[in-house]
Amino acid sequence: MSVPAVWYLILSAALFSIGVCAFLIKRNIISIFMSIELMLNAVNLAFITFANHWHQVNGQIFVFFVMVVAAAEAAVGLAIIIAVFRSRNTLNVDQIDLMKL
Amino acid sequence: MTLSLHLWLLPLLPLAGFLINGIVGKRLPKFAVSLVATLFPAAALAQVLWIMTCVHRGLLLPYVERFATPWIAAPGFHADFSFALDPLTLIMLLVVTGVGFLIHLYSVGYMAEEDGYWRFFSYMNLFLFFMLTLVLAANFLLLFVGWEGVGLVSYLLIGFYYTKDSAANAGKKAFIVNRIGDCGFLLAMFLLIAHFGTLSFADVFSNIGAHPEMQGGFLTGISLLLLLGATGKSAQIPLYIWLPDAMEGPTPVSALIHAATMVTAGVYMIARAHVLFDRSPTALMVIAVIGVATAFFAATMGVVQTDIKRVLAYSTISQLGYMFLACGVAAYATGIFHLMTHAFFKALLFLAAGSVIHAIGGAQDMREMGGLRKKLPVTFWTLTAAVFAISGFFPFAGFFSKDAILAATFIFPHGGKALWFVGLVTVGLTSFYMFRLWYLTFFGEPRYQKDAAAHQPGHGAHGVHESTWIILLPLVILGVLSLIGGWIGWPAALGGNDWFGHFLRPVFGGGRATTTIPADFTLERTLSGISLAVAVLGWLLADRMYRQNRNAASRVGNGTQPLYRLVWNKYWVDEIYGAIVVAPLLAFSRSFLARGIESGVIDGTNNAWTRIGRGASGWVRRMQSGNIRSYAGWLAAGAAAVLLVVIYFSHLF
Repeated sequence: MSVPAVWYLILSAALFSIGVCAFLIKRNIISIFMSIELMLNAVNLAFITFANHWHQVNGQIFVFFVMVVAAAEAAVGLAIIIAVFRSRNTLNVDQIDLMKL
Repeated sequence: MTLSLHLWLLPLLPLAGFLINGIVGKRLPKFAVSLVATLFPAAALAQVLWIMTCVHRGLLLPYVERFATPWIAAPGFHADFSFALDPLTLIMLLVVTGVGFLIHLYSVGYMAEEDGYWRFFSYMNLFLFFMLTLVLAANFLLLFVGWEGVGLVSYLLIGFYYTKDSAANAGKKAFIVNRIGDCGFLLAMFLLIAHFGTLSFADVFSNIGAHPEMQGGFLTGISLLLLLGATGKSAQIPLYIWLPDAMEGPTPVSALIHAATMVTAGVYMIARAHVLFDRSPTALMVIAVIGVATAFFAATMGVVQTDIKRVLAYSTISQLGYMFLACGVAAYATGIFHLMTHAFFKALLFLAAGSVIHAIGGAQDMREMGGLRKKLPVTFWTLTAAVFAISGFFPFAGFFSKDAILAATFIFPHGGKALWFVGLVTVGLTSFYMFRLWYLTFFGEPRYQKDAAAHQPGHGAHGVHESTWIILLPLVILGVLSLIGGWIGWPAALGGNDWFGHFLRPVFGGGRATTTIPADFTLERTLSGISLAVAVLGWLLADRMYRQNRNAASRVGNGTQPLYRLVWNKYWVDEIYGAIVVAPLLAFSRSFLARGIESGVIDGTNNAWTRIGRGASGWVRRMQSGNIRSYAGWLAAGAAAVLLVVIYFSHLF
């Protein structure tokens, strides 16, 4: 007796939506970064669900790739965040707007 | 005989000289530049002489060389890179390479002190390349390529002293006036394509030969348009005005391009296309009238000029008029004969004038010369030969060619007597102004600045002196040619055998039946006597006015004040053209083209696009707020929109 696939998909959609909302609302860069990670993992969950459902391995392979890229992105992103904090002493995105007109 | 003449090599030799001097000449020493510049024309001359021996040993003419790939291939029309050799071409090749080589040699001495030495010689070699292409071409299109090419080089060399405004303007004038003529040439080619579907000389002429019923009509149209092209290149009325101004170029250029070779291209072209002209009596008549009118008016203008080179320029126009007259009375071989002798003595006149100008330090005004006979003996004697030749004294070259033209004109049935009379008066005028030049330059009191030559760098302080051997050698050779060059056309009437006419007979046939000279020679002998007498008359008049009684000239000038002013101002032709053509064109350009089209349409369109771009970017840049969350919002909204489209509206695509 297993949990039906649609439950997983609903959870994935919910996580993704939470990620999007947090991305739009949050001001702290670290929080925005975390919401991006949340969206990525929501997508991973959907991949795994479909891979299990269709008995195909492709989805799982995709997940590995996403995880690797996310790890690399986290390293680069955190480095940028530290650099920004050192130069401007703030992590509020509303104040980091050099390219604004 | 399957001997190959390698005609393709002939134009390529000077082209190689042009490329070498044009690309690396600036870094080569002067000696190397002169070597390259003279050796390649010399090689071309050697090849022409070799071809001459081949012809002498029995090579069949015409000889055609065609290159494998067609040049232009289109449905219904094609043109080849093809060269043809016939007696007419051979004569032109000899003149171009022979006189061309001598003038190159002369230039080595004459231009030695000039800046842009390498530039000068690369242009001169380029000129030879185009001129050889012109005379070798076996179709109208390739001839036109050479035609335009020599026009280009003429422009470049007239404006050789490009820092001088007058030289730059003279170059532009020559180029623009020639464009008018070239327009006629182009239209003539279009008509030929429309009627014959080809531009090859052989095809067009055999086609005309196969249709004896083709007379006048469109052939007159083509002929007149070709004639317009010829009047531009050969400086005839109404397009002669550029040639006197072209004297702004260095003297060797005047000798080679604006006297001996390029300006005779129009005569060559008419002779080449004589089959067309033969079918159109109207066109022939127009040529004859233009020729004789040009000969006369240019001679009258030459009478009062004081600049030695301008006298020679008007004399060139006048002599070209004689050649046109010969073509107009369908005596093409005679026209080419005069072309050749003229190339000898007119090149010599210019080169000798250059030697004089050089000796007295650059002055060109004959009022500042005089008494140079003893100082410049070689120049004096060679120039004397040329003066006698152009005036038509027996047995100099000009006598034979000019008399042949006048005799052919006299027996021309349509107004031949009137044409002959004007031509005869022009003989007197020619003789008068040439001896005027002779007396003013070499006789009487020295009027030049004694120390002028000393101011020139590299001349030392020994005053007026004869030029170096490299300048004198071409003078002497051309002087000998001016004396004996006409003997190859010694007419039967004077006990000769007219080798020249026989040589060209395969090209021109017997001419039109009306122009064959009657077996009775008394007429021809009488005509020769008359023109010789007129030439002597011109000499005596010049002698009276410029040697015996030096005030006579100004007295005559004052006595005929209105006439003198008219001629002195060259009939105000430049001013009339300026008022009729140039001023309206300028006004039209300034008011309509500059203000209406240029600033209105072209600039207006550009400005409109700028305004549109600026407005659009002003609006678009508001999206670039710098606020990360607004970007993220757009991203999310966009993704949502894409999802919506994919899910609900996919059937639309």
